[in-house]
Amino acid sequence: MAAVSSTTTPSSVQGNFVERLARLPWWLLLLILAGVTLLYQFLTNELYTVILDKLTRGIATTIFVTLISFSIAILVGLLAGLGRVSKNPIIYNLATLYVQVIRGLPILVWIFYVAFVLTPAFFSFVNGLGDLLAPLLGPDNFLTQASTQDVTLLGRAVIALAFAYGGYEAETFRAGIQSISRGQMEAARSLGMSYLQAMRYIILPQAVRRVLPPLGNDFIAMLKDSSLVSVLGVRDITQEARLYVAASFRYPETYNTLAFMYLSMTIVLSLIVKGVEARLGKDGRGTS
Amino acid sequence: MIVIRDLVKRFGHVEAVNGVSLTVKRGQVVVIIGPSGSGKSTVLRCINHLETPTSGEIWVDGMKLTHNHKDINAIRAEVGMVFQQFNLFPHLTALENIMLAQRVVRRRDAREAERIARAQLERVGIPEKAGAYPGQLSGGQQQRVAIARALAMNPKVMLFDEPTSALDPEMIKEVLDVMLELARDGMTMVVVTHEMGFARNAADQIVFMDKGLIVEQNTPDQFFSNPREERTRLFLSQVLR
Repeated sequence: MAAVSSTTTPSSVQGNFVERLARLPWWLLLLILAGVTLLYQFLTNELYTVILDKLTRGIATTIFVTLISFSIAILVGLLAGLGRVSKNPIIYNLATLYVQVIRGLPILVWIFYVAFVLTPAFFSFVNGLGDLLAPLLGPDNFLTQASTQDVTLLGRAVIALAFAYGGYEAETFRAGIQSISRGQMEAARSLGMSYLQAMRYIILPQAVRRVLPPLGNDFIAMLKDSSLVSVLGVRDITQEARLYVAASFRYPETYNTLAFMYLSMTIVLSLIVKGVEARLGKDGRGTS
Repeated sequence: MIVIRDLVKRFGHVEAVNGVSLTVKRGQVVVIIGPSGSGKSTVLRCINHLETPTSGEIWVDGMKLTHNHKDINAIRAEVGMVFQQFNLFPHLTALENIMLAQRVVRRRDAREAERIARAQLERVGIPEKAGAYPGQLSGGQQQRVAIARALAMNPKVMLFDEPTSALDPEMIKEVLDVMLELARDGMTMVVVTHEMGFARNAADQIVFMDKGLIVEQNTPDQFFSNPREERTRLFLSQVLR
Protein backbone atom coordinates (compact mmCIF):
# COMPACT_ATOMS: atom_id res chain seq x y z
CA MET A 1 0.00 0.00 0.00
CA ALA A 2 2.73 2.45 1.01
CA ALA A 3 4.67 1.77 -2.20
CA VAL A 4 1.60 2.49 -4.29
CA SER A 5 0.81 5.78 -2.61
CA SER A 6 4.41 7.01 -2.80
CA THR A 7 4.40 6.67 -6.58
CA THR A 8 1.11 8.50 -7.01
CA THR A 9 1.08 10.45 -10.26
CA PRO A 10 -0.85 13.70 -10.86
CA SER A 11 -3.39 11.85 -13.01
CA SER A 12 -4.31 9.43 -10.22
CA VAL A 13 -4.69 12.36 -7.82
CA GLN A 14 -7.22 13.67 -10.27
CA GLY A 15 -8.80 10.21 -10.39
CA ASN A 16 -9.13 10.22 -6.60
CA PHE A 17 -10.68 13.68 -6.74
CA VAL A 18 -13.29 12.61 -9.28
CA GLU A 19 -13.96 9.48 -7.28
CA ARG A 20 -14.45 11.46 -4.11
CA LEU A 21 -16.64 13.92 -5.96
CA ALA A 22 -18.80 11.05 -7.22
CA ARG A 23 -19.21 9.73 -3.70
CA LEU A 24 -20.69 12.96 -2.30
CA PRO A 25 -24.41 12.68 -1.40
CA TRP A 26 -25.55 14.60 -4.46
CA TRP A 27 -29.12 13.48 -4.00
CA LEU A 28 -29.21 15.29 -0.68
CA LEU A 29 -27.69 18.43 -2.16
CA LEU A 30 -30.24 18.46 -5.00
CA LEU A 31 -33.03 17.92 -2.52
CA ILE A 32 -31.79 20.74 -0.32
CA LEU A 33 -31.56 22.96 -3.39
CA ALA A 34 -35.21 22.22 -4.20
CA GLY A 35 -36.10 22.85 -0.57
CA VAL A 36 -34.30 26.18 -0.51
CA THR A 37 -36.08 27.23 -3.69
CA LEU A 38 -39.40 26.43 -2.05
CA LEU A 39 -38.38 28.17 1.15
CA TYR A 40 -37.63 31.26 -0.91
CA GLN A 41 -41.15 30.98 -2.33
CA PHE A 42 -42.67 30.69 1.14
CA LEU A 43 -40.95 33.93 2.15
CA THR A 44 -41.62 35.98 -0.97
CA ASN A 45 -44.63 34.51 -2.78
CA GLU A 46 -47.86 35.42 -1.05
CA LEU A 47 -49.77 32.44 -2.44
CA TYR A 48 -47.17 30.01 -1.07
CA THR A 49 -47.25 31.79 2.29
CA VAL A 50 -51.01 31.37 2.48
CA ILE A 51 -50.81 27.69 1.49
CA LEU A 52 -48.05 26.93 4.00
CA ASP A 53 -50.11 28.61 6.69
CA LYS A 54 -53.18 26.52 5.79
CA LEU A 55 -51.34 23.20 5.67
CA THR A 56 -49.47 23.86 8.92
CA ARG A 57 -52.81 23.69 10.72
CA GLY A 58 -52.80 19.97 10.01
CA ILE A 59 -49.26 19.29 11.20
CA ALA A 60 -50.28 18.69 14.82
CA THR A 61 -52.81 16.08 13.65
CA THR A 62 -50.29 14.37 11.40
CA ILE A 63 -47.74 14.14 14.21
CA PHE A 64 -50.37 13.11 16.74
CA VAL A 65 -51.72 10.33 14.52
CA THR A 66 -48.21 9.07 13.75
CA LEU A 67 -46.96 9.06 17.33
CA ILE A 68 -50.05 7.56 18.96
CA SER A 69 -50.66 4.97 16.25
CA PHE A 70 -47.04 3.92 16.25
CA SER A 71 -46.88 3.59 20.04
CA ILE A 72 -49.94 1.35 20.03
CA ALA A 73 -48.58 -0.55 17.02
CA ILE A 74 -45.36 -1.33 18.93
CA LEU A 75 -47.35 -2.77 21.84
CA VAL A 76 -49.72 -4.74 19.62
CA GLY A 77 -46.82 -5.91 17.46
CA LEU A 78 -44.81 -7.07 20.46
CA LEU A 79 -47.74 -9.10 21.80
CA ALA A 80 -48.62 -10.54 18.39
CA GLY A 81 -44.94 -11.24 17.70
CA LEU A 82 -44.69 -13.19 20.96
CA GLY A 83 -47.83 -15.02 19.88
CA ARG A 84 -46.19 -15.91 16.56
CA VAL A 85 -43.33 -17.70 18.35
CA SER A 86 -45.59 -19.26 21.01
CA LYS A 87 -45.82 -23.04 21.30
CA ASN A 88 -49.44 -22.74 22.45
CA PRO A 89 -51.48 -23.59 19.31
CA ILE A 90 -54.39 -21.31 20.23
CA ILE A 91 -52.20 -18.25 20.80
CA TYR A 92 -50.08 -19.05 17.75
CA ASN A 93 -53.08 -19.40 15.45
CA LEU A 94 -54.81 -16.26 16.71
CA ALA A 95 -51.65 -14.21 16.22
CA THR A 96 -51.05 -15.71 12.77
CA LEU A 97 -54.64 -15.07 11.72
CA TYR A 98 -54.28 -11.42 12.70
CA VAL A 99 -50.96 -10.98 10.92
CA GLN A 100 -52.11 -12.70 7.73
CA VAL A 101 -55.34 -10.68 7.54
CA ILE A 102 -53.47 -7.40 8.01
CA ARG A 103 -50.78 -8.31 5.51
CA GLY A 104 -53.37 -9.35 2.96
CA LEU A 105 -55.40 -6.12 3.06
CA PRO A 106 -54.55 -2.74 1.57
CA ILE A 107 -54.25 -0.26 4.44
CA LEU A 108 -56.83 1.98 2.78
CA VAL A 109 -59.39 -0.83 2.75
CA TRP A 110 -58.51 -1.75 6.34
CA ILE A 111 -59.10 1.88 7.43
CA PHE A 112 -62.56 1.90 5.83
CA TYR A 113 -63.30 -1.49 7.36
CA VAL A 114 -62.33 -0.46 10.88
CA ALA A 115 -64.11 2.88 10.66
CA PHE A 116 -67.40 1.72 9.17
CA VAL A 117 -67.68 -2.01 9.91
CA LEU A 118 -65.68 -3.03 12.98
CA THR A 119 -66.38 0.04 15.10
CA PRO A 120 -70.21 -0.13 14.63
CA ALA A 121 -70.07 -3.92 15.11
CA PHE A 122 -68.16 -3.43 18.36
CA PHE A 123 -70.75 -1.01 19.65
CA SER A 124 -73.74 -3.14 18.71
CA PHE A 125 -72.00 -5.93 20.64
CA VAL A 126 -71.55 -3.58 23.63
CA ASN A 127 -75.18 -2.46 23.38
CA GLY A 128 -76.31 -6.08 23.28
CA LEU A 129 -74.20 -6.78 26.35
CA GLY A 130 -75.85 -3.80 28.05
CA ASP A 131 -79.32 -5.17 27.27
CA LEU A 132 -78.26 -8.53 28.63
CA LEU A 133 -77.03 -6.95 31.87
CA ALA A 134 -80.01 -4.61 32.13
CA PRO A 135 -81.42 -6.49 35.14
CA LEU A 136 -78.14 -5.80 36.93
CA LEU A 137 -77.20 -2.33 35.72
CA GLY A 138 -80.63 -0.87 34.94
CA PRO A 139 -82.17 -0.38 31.47
CA ASP A 140 -80.24 2.83 30.65
CA ASN A 141 -76.79 1.70 31.73
CA PHE A 142 -73.60 3.02 30.14
CA LEU A 143 -73.33 -0.07 27.94
CA THR A 144 -76.66 0.47 26.19
CA GLN A 145 -76.01 4.21 25.91
CA ALA A 146 -72.64 3.75 24.22
CA SER A 147 -72.79 4.59 20.55
CA THR A 148 -70.54 4.48 17.51
CA GLN A 149 -70.69 8.26 17.40
CA ASP A 150 -68.75 8.38 20.66
CA VAL A 151 -65.61 7.48 18.74
CA THR A 152 -64.52 10.27 16.42
CA LEU A 153 -63.24 9.50 12.95
CA LEU A 154 -59.82 10.59 14.21
CA GLY A 155 -60.03 7.93 16.90
CA ARG A 156 -61.06 5.26 14.39
CA ALA A 157 -58.29 6.32 12.04
CA VAL A 158 -55.71 6.01 14.83
CA ILE A 159 -57.00 2.56 15.83
CA ALA A 160 -57.01 1.36 12.21
CA LEU A 161 -53.47 2.55 11.55
CA ALA A 162 -52.24 1.19 14.89
CA PHE A 163 -53.56 -2.30 14.22
CA ALA A 164 -52.41 -2.26 10.60
CA TYR A 165 -48.86 -1.50 11.66
CA GLY A 166 -49.20 -3.80 14.66
CA GLY A 167 -49.43 -6.62 12.13
CA TYR A 168 -46.24 -5.51 10.38
CA GLU A 169 -44.34 -4.98 13.64
CA ALA A 170 -45.42 -8.44 14.78
CA GLU A 171 -43.36 -9.93 11.96
CA THR A 172 -40.47 -7.60 12.76
CA PHE A 173 -40.48 -8.72 16.40
CA ARG A 174 -40.88 -12.38 15.41
CA ALA A 175 -37.85 -12.16 13.17
CA GLY A 176 -35.89 -10.41 15.91
CA ILE A 177 -36.78 -13.02 18.52
CA GLN A 178 -35.98 -15.92 16.19
CA SER A 179 -32.63 -14.37 15.29
CA ILE A 180 -31.43 -14.90 18.88
CA SER A 181 -29.66 -18.25 19.09
CA ARG A 182 -31.50 -21.16 20.72
CA GLY A 183 -28.70 -21.52 23.25
CA GLN A 184 -29.73 -18.26 24.90
CA MET A 185 -33.16 -19.61 25.77
CA GLU A 186 -31.65 -22.95 26.86
CA ALA A 187 -29.08 -21.25 29.11
CA ALA A 188 -31.77 -19.12 30.72
CA ARG A 189 -34.10 -22.09 31.20
CA SER A 190 -31.29 -24.26 32.58
CA LEU A 191 -30.79 -21.65 35.30
CA GLY A 192 -34.39 -22.17 36.37
CA MET A 193 -35.97 -19.16 34.69
CA SER A 194 -39.50 -19.55 33.35
CA TYR A 195 -40.24 -19.01 29.65
CA LEU A 196 -41.56 -15.51 30.33
CA GLN A 197 -38.61 -14.57 32.55
CA ALA A 198 -36.20 -15.76 29.86
CA MET A 199 -38.10 -13.73 27.26
CA ARG A 200 -38.11 -10.63 29.42
CA TYR A 201 -34.53 -10.63 30.68
CA ILE A 202 -32.61 -12.48 27.96
CA ILE A 203 -34.34 -12.73 24.59
CA LEU A 204 -36.27 -9.46 24.24
CA PRO A 205 -33.45 -7.10 25.32
CA GLN A 206 -31.27 -8.60 22.58
CA ALA A 207 -34.07 -8.84 20.01
CA VAL A 208 -35.21 -5.23 20.52
CA ARG A 209 -31.69 -4.01 19.87
CA ARG A 210 -31.68 -5.88 16.59
CA VAL A 211 -35.08 -4.65 15.39
CA LEU A 212 -34.44 -0.98 16.21
CA PRO A 213 -33.38 -0.05 12.63
CA PRO A 214 -36.40 -1.74 10.97
CA LEU A 215 -38.68 -0.17 13.59
CA GLY A 216 -37.21 3.24 12.71
CA ASN A 217 -37.94 2.64 9.05
CA ASP A 218 -41.48 1.60 9.90
CA PHE A 219 -41.92 4.79 11.88
CA ILE A 220 -41.07 6.75 8.73
CA ALA A 221 -43.51 4.59 6.75
CA MET A 222 -46.16 5.31 9.40
CA LEU A 223 -45.59 9.05 9.01
CA LYS A 224 -46.23 8.69 5.28
CA ASP A 225 -49.22 6.39 5.69
CA SER A 226 -50.78 8.75 8.22
CA SER A 227 -51.83 10.70 5.11
CA LEU A 228 -54.41 7.95 4.52
CA VAL A 229 -56.48 9.19 7.44
CA SER A 230 -57.53 12.06 5.14
CA VAL A 231 -60.00 9.65 3.50
CA LEU A 232 -61.98 9.75 6.74
CA GLY A 233 -61.94 13.53 6.67
CA VAL A 234 -59.40 13.76 9.49
CA ARG A 235 -57.69 17.11 9.02
CA ASP A 236 -54.04 16.21 8.76
CA ILE A 237 -51.80 18.08 6.34
CA THR A 238 -52.96 15.97 3.40
CA GLN A 239 -56.61 16.71 4.13
CA GLU A 240 -55.85 20.44 4.54
CA ALA A 241 -54.15 20.35 1.14
CA ARG A 242 -57.11 18.59 -0.46
CA LEU A 243 -59.52 21.10 1.04
CA TYR A 244 -57.49 24.04 -0.17
CA VAL A 245 -57.14 22.59 -3.67
CA ALA A 246 -60.87 21.95 -3.87
CA ALA A 247 -61.55 25.64 -3.28
CA SER A 248 -58.65 27.24 -5.14
CA PHE A 249 -57.57 24.81 -7.87
CA ARG A 250 -53.96 25.73 -7.04
CA TYR A 251 -52.69 22.22 -7.64
CA PRO A 252 -48.94 22.73 -8.21
CA GLU A 253 -48.43 25.19 -5.40
CA THR A 254 -50.44 23.20 -2.87
CA TYR A 255 -48.96 19.80 -3.63
CA ASN A 256 -45.44 21.26 -3.88
CA THR A 257 -45.90 22.50 -0.35
CA LEU A 258 -47.41 19.21 0.83
CA ALA A 259 -44.55 17.19 -0.67
CA PHE A 260 -42.06 19.60 0.85
CA MET A 261 -43.53 19.11 4.32
CA TYR A 262 -43.46 15.30 4.14
CA LEU A 263 -40.01 15.17 2.63
CA SER A 264 -38.44 17.49 5.16
CA MET A 265 -39.78 15.26 7.95
CA THR A 266 -38.92 11.89 6.35
CA ILE A 267 -35.42 12.86 5.20
CA VAL A 268 -34.45 14.08 8.66
CA LEU A 269 -35.91 10.94 10.25
CA SER A 270 -34.15 8.59 7.84
CA LEU A 271 -30.83 10.30 8.59
CA ILE A 272 -31.48 9.75 12.30
CA VAL A 273 -32.29 6.07 11.69
CA LYS A 274 -29.06 5.69 9.71
CA GLY A 275 -27.12 7.23 12.60
CA VAL A 276 -28.69 4.88 15.14
CA GLU A 277 -28.00 1.92 12.86
CA ALA A 278 -24.34 2.88 12.54
CA ARG A 279 -23.97 3.23 16.30
CA LEU A 280 -25.60 -0.14 17.00
CA GLY A 281 -23.41 -1.73 14.35
CA LYS A 282 -20.30 -0.40 16.02
CA ASP A 283 -20.70 -1.92 19.45
CA GLY A 284 -20.59 -5.67 19.11
CA ARG A 285 -22.79 -6.38 22.09
CA GLY A 286 -25.91 -6.73 19.99
CA THR A 287 -24.66 -10.00 18.54
CA SER A 288 -24.56 -13.30 20.29
CA MET B 1 -28.59 -38.06 43.43
CA ILE B 2 -29.57 -38.82 39.84
CA VAL B 3 -31.39 -41.97 38.85
CA ILE B 4 -32.21 -42.63 35.21
CA ARG B 5 -34.32 -45.64 34.31
CA ASP B 6 -34.94 -46.94 30.78
CA LEU B 7 -34.56 -43.52 29.16
CA VAL B 8 -35.64 -43.40 25.51
CA LYS B 9 -35.54 -40.30 23.33
CA ARG B 10 -36.64 -40.24 19.70
CA PHE B 11 -36.35 -37.30 17.30
CA GLY B 12 -38.94 -38.19 14.70
CA HIS B 13 -37.89 -41.68 13.62
CA VAL B 14 -34.32 -41.34 14.86
CA GLU B 15 -33.63 -43.03 18.17
CA ALA B 16 -31.05 -40.89 19.92
CA VAL B 17 -31.24 -42.71 23.25
CA ASN B 18 -32.41 -46.27 23.24
CA GLY B 19 -33.01 -47.35 26.84
CA VAL B 20 -30.37 -45.98 29.17
CA SER B 21 -30.27 -46.59 32.92
CA LEU B 22 -27.72 -44.78 35.04
CA THR B 23 -27.24 -43.90 38.69
CA VAL B 24 -25.08 -41.03 39.92
CA LYS B 25 -24.40 -40.95 43.65
CA ARG B 26 -23.86 -37.81 45.69
CA GLY B 27 -20.35 -36.43 45.20
CA GLN B 28 -19.64 -38.71 42.29
CA VAL B 29 -18.09 -37.59 39.02
CA VAL B 30 -19.43 -39.53 36.07
CA VAL B 31 -17.85 -38.97 32.68
CA ILE B 32 -19.77 -40.01 29.59
CA ILE B 33 -17.70 -40.66 26.49
CA GLY B 34 -18.46 -42.06 23.08
CA PRO B 35 -18.44 -41.24 19.37
CA SER B 36 -20.54 -38.33 18.12
CA GLY B 37 -24.18 -39.18 17.67
CA SER B 38 -24.02 -41.81 20.39
CA GLY B 39 -26.71 -39.98 22.43
CA LYS B 40 -24.49 -38.86 25.29
CA SER B 41 -25.46 -35.18 25.05
CA THR B 42 -29.11 -36.13 24.77
CA VAL B 43 -28.95 -38.07 28.04
CA LEU B 44 -27.45 -35.00 29.70
CA ARG B 45 -30.08 -32.68 28.25
CA CYS B 46 -32.87 -34.97 29.42
CA ILE B 47 -31.63 -34.71 33.01
CA ASN B 48 -32.69 -31.05 33.22
CA HIS B 49 -35.50 -31.51 30.72
CA LEU B 50 -34.03 -29.40 27.91
CA GLU B 51 -35.16 -32.43 25.94
CA THR B 52 -38.42 -34.12 26.88
CA PRO B 53 -37.84 -37.87 27.22
CA THR B 54 -39.96 -40.06 24.96
CA SER B 55 -40.21 -42.60 27.75
CA GLY B 56 -38.42 -43.63 30.91
CA GLU B 57 -38.06 -42.05 34.34
CA ILE B 58 -35.57 -39.60 35.80
CA TRP B 59 -35.19 -38.63 39.46
CA VAL B 60 -33.02 -35.73 40.58
CA ASP B 61 -32.36 -35.45 44.32
CA GLY B 62 -35.47 -37.49 45.05
CA MET B 63 -37.71 -35.37 42.80
CA LYS B 64 -39.20 -37.15 39.82
CA LEU B 65 -39.11 -35.23 36.54
CA THR B 66 -42.60 -34.71 35.19
CA HIS B 67 -44.08 -32.40 32.60
CA ASN B 68 -45.20 -29.93 35.26
CA HIS B 69 -43.53 -26.62 34.44
CA LYS B 70 -43.18 -25.45 38.03
CA ASP B 71 -41.43 -28.68 39.00
CA ILE B 72 -39.13 -28.48 35.99
CA ASN B 73 -38.07 -24.93 36.85
CA ALA B 74 -37.46 -25.99 40.44
CA ILE B 75 -35.28 -28.91 39.38
CA ARG B 76 -33.38 -26.82 36.87
CA ALA B 77 -32.45 -24.35 39.58
CA GLU B 78 -30.79 -27.27 41.42
CA VAL B 79 -28.99 -28.56 38.34
CA GLY B 80 -26.26 -26.36 36.87
CA MET B 81 -25.53 -26.74 33.18
CA VAL B 82 -22.47 -25.72 31.18
CA PHE B 83 -22.78 -25.70 27.39
CA GLN B 84 -20.32 -26.32 24.58
CA GLN B 85 -21.07 -22.86 23.16
CA PHE B 86 -20.90 -21.12 26.60
CA ASN B 87 -24.23 -19.34 25.94
CA LEU B 88 -23.36 -16.33 28.05
CA PHE B 89 -25.84 -13.47 27.75
CA PRO B 90 -24.04 -11.03 25.43
CA HIS B 91 -25.97 -7.95 26.55
CA LEU B 92 -24.89 -8.37 30.19
CA THR B 93 -21.48 -8.07 31.86
CA ALA B 94 -19.83 -11.13 33.41
CA LEU B 95 -21.03 -10.00 36.83
CA GLU B 96 -24.60 -9.39 35.61
CA ASN B 97 -24.58 -12.78 33.86
CA ILE B 98 -23.90 -14.41 37.21
CA MET B 99 -26.32 -12.21 39.17
CA LEU B 100 -29.43 -12.37 36.99
CA ALA B 101 -30.76 -15.85 37.78
CA GLN B 102 -29.88 -15.41 41.45
CA ARG B 103 -32.12 -12.34 41.47
CA VAL B 104 -35.10 -13.61 39.49
CA VAL B 105 -35.04 -17.32 40.40
CA ARG B 106 -33.48 -17.43 43.87
CA ARG B 107 -34.92 -14.01 44.76
CA ARG B 108 -31.69 -12.84 46.39
CA ASP B 109 -31.27 -9.11 46.88
CA ALA B 110 -28.79 -7.26 44.71
CA ARG B 111 -26.11 -7.02 47.37
CA GLU B 112 -26.05 -10.69 48.20
CA ALA B 113 -26.23 -11.71 44.55
CA GLU B 114 -23.25 -9.49 43.78
CA ARG B 115 -21.26 -10.82 46.74
CA ILE B 116 -21.85 -14.39 45.60
CA ALA B 117 -21.13 -13.50 41.96
CA ARG B 118 -17.77 -11.94 42.88
CA ALA B 119 -16.90 -14.93 45.05
CA GLN B 120 -17.64 -17.31 42.16
CA LEU B 121 -15.57 -15.24 39.73
CA GLU B 122 -12.74 -15.47 42.26
CA ARG B 123 -13.22 -19.21 42.40
CA VAL B 124 -12.87 -19.61 38.62
CA GLY B 125 -9.85 -17.32 38.66
CA ILE B 126 -11.01 -14.19 36.81
CA PRO B 127 -12.25 -11.70 39.45
CA GLU B 128 -10.85 -8.82 37.37
CA LYS B 129 -13.25 -9.58 34.50
CA ALA B 130 -16.43 -8.73 36.44
CA GLY B 131 -17.22 -5.67 34.32
CA ALA B 132 -16.34 -7.20 30.95
CA TYR B 133 -18.93 -8.16 28.35
CA PRO B 134 -18.75 -11.70 26.93
CA GLY B 135 -17.58 -10.31 23.58
CA GLN B 136 -14.50 -8.93 25.30
CA LEU B 137 -13.51 -12.27 26.85
CA SER B 138 -11.58 -15.20 25.40
CA GLY B 139 -13.35 -18.52 24.95
CA GLY B 140 -11.74 -19.97 28.07
CA GLN B 141 -12.73 -16.95 30.13
CA GLN B 142 -16.28 -17.09 28.80
CA GLN B 143 -16.58 -20.75 29.73
CA ARG B 144 -15.28 -20.02 33.23
CA VAL B 145 -17.87 -17.25 33.63
CA ALA B 146 -20.50 -19.76 32.48
CA ILE B 147 -19.32 -22.19 35.17
CA ALA B 148 -19.42 -19.41 37.78
CA ARG B 149 -22.93 -18.50 36.62
CA ALA B 150 -24.12 -22.06 37.19
CA LEU B 151 -22.31 -22.39 40.54
CA ALA B 152 -23.82 -19.16 41.90
CA MET B 153 -27.19 -20.93 42.04
CA ASN B 154 -25.75 -23.43 44.56
CA PRO B 155 -26.65 -26.39 42.39
CA LYS B 156 -26.62 -29.90 43.78
CA VAL B 157 -25.47 -31.32 40.46
CA MET B 158 -23.42 -29.86 37.63
CA LEU B 159 -23.86 -31.03 34.05
CA PHE B 160 -21.13 -30.33 31.50
CA ASP B 161 -21.97 -30.76 27.81
CA GLU B 162 -18.63 -30.94 25.97
CA PRO B 163 -17.38 -27.85 27.81
CA THR B 164 -14.01 -27.69 26.04
CA SER B 165 -14.98 -28.74 22.51
CA ALA B 166 -15.39 -25.18 21.23
CA LEU B 167 -12.15 -23.92 22.82
CA ASP B 168 -8.75 -23.24 21.30
CA PRO B 169 -6.26 -25.84 22.55
CA GLU B 170 -4.37 -23.42 24.81
CA MET B 171 -7.56 -22.56 26.70
CA ILE B 172 -8.74 -26.09 27.37
CA LYS B 173 -6.51 -26.52 30.41
CA GLU B 174 -7.78 -23.46 32.29
CA VAL B 175 -11.34 -24.77 32.03
CA LEU B 176 -10.42 -28.35 32.92
CA ASP B 177 -8.48 -27.07 35.97
CA VAL B 178 -11.61 -25.34 37.24
CA MET B 179 -13.58 -28.55 36.72
CA LEU B 180 -10.95 -30.67 38.48
CA GLU B 181 -11.03 -28.28 41.43
CA LEU B 182 -14.80 -28.58 41.51
CA ALA B 183 -14.60 -32.38 41.49
CA ARG B 184 -12.12 -32.32 44.39
CA ASP B 185 -14.51 -30.10 46.34
CA GLY B 186 -17.05 -32.91 46.17
CA MET B 187 -19.46 -31.56 43.57
CA THR B 188 -21.69 -34.16 41.93
CA MET B 189 -20.89 -33.92 38.24
CA VAL B 190 -21.95 -35.51 34.97
CA VAL B 191 -19.53 -34.62 32.20
CA VAL B 192 -19.81 -35.35 28.49
CA THR B 193 -16.36 -34.85 27.03
CA HIS B 194 -13.70 -36.02 24.61
CA GLU B 195 -10.92 -35.14 27.07
CA MET B 196 -9.60 -38.60 28.05
CA GLY B 197 -7.03 -37.06 30.40
CA PHE B 198 -9.77 -35.40 32.41
CA ALA B 199 -11.81 -38.59 32.41
CA ARG B 200 -8.86 -40.57 33.78
CA ASN B 201 -8.00 -38.01 36.48
CA ALA B 202 -11.38 -36.81 37.70
CA ALA B 203 -13.93 -39.52 37.06
CA ASP B 204 -15.24 -42.01 39.59
CA GLN B 205 -17.10 -43.80 36.86
CA ILE B 206 -16.71 -43.78 33.11
CA VAL B 207 -19.69 -44.53 30.92
CA PHE B 208 -19.08 -45.48 27.31
CA MET B 209 -22.05 -44.94 25.01
CA ASP B 210 -22.59 -45.97 21.42
CA LYS B 211 -25.73 -45.91 19.23
CA GLY B 212 -27.94 -44.70 22.06
CA LEU B 213 -26.91 -47.43 24.49
CA ILE B 214 -24.47 -47.77 27.37
CA VAL B 215 -21.86 -50.22 26.12
CA GLU B 216 -19.66 -50.33 29.17
CA GLN B 217 -19.39 -48.65 32.56
CA ASN B 218 -16.42 -48.95 34.89
CA THR B 219 -13.87 -47.14 37.03
CA PRO B 220 -11.22 -45.21 35.04
CA ASP B 221 -8.46 -47.71 35.94
CA GLN B 222 -10.39 -50.72 34.72
CA PHE B 223 -11.92 -48.88 31.81
CA PHE B 224 -8.69 -47.67 30.27
CA SER B 225 -6.40 -50.60 31.14
CA ASN B 226 -8.82 -53.45 30.81
CA PRO B 227 -11.87 -52.67 28.65
CA ARG B 228 -14.31 -55.58 28.45
CA GLU B 229 -16.09 -54.85 25.20
CA GLU B 230 -14.68 -55.04 21.70
CA ARG B 231 -16.48 -51.79 20.78
CA THR B 232 -14.80 -49.99 23.68
CA ARG B 233 -11.36 -51.27 22.68
CA LEU B 234 -11.89 -50.05 19.14
CA PHE B 235 -12.98 -46.60 20.35
CA LEU B 236 -10.08 -46.28 22.78
CA SER B 237 -7.57 -47.32 20.14
CA GLN B 238 -8.89 -44.48 17.98
CA VAL B 239 -8.86 -41.74 20.63
CA LEU B 240 -5.73 -42.76 22.60
CA ARG B 241 -2.93 -42.51 20.12
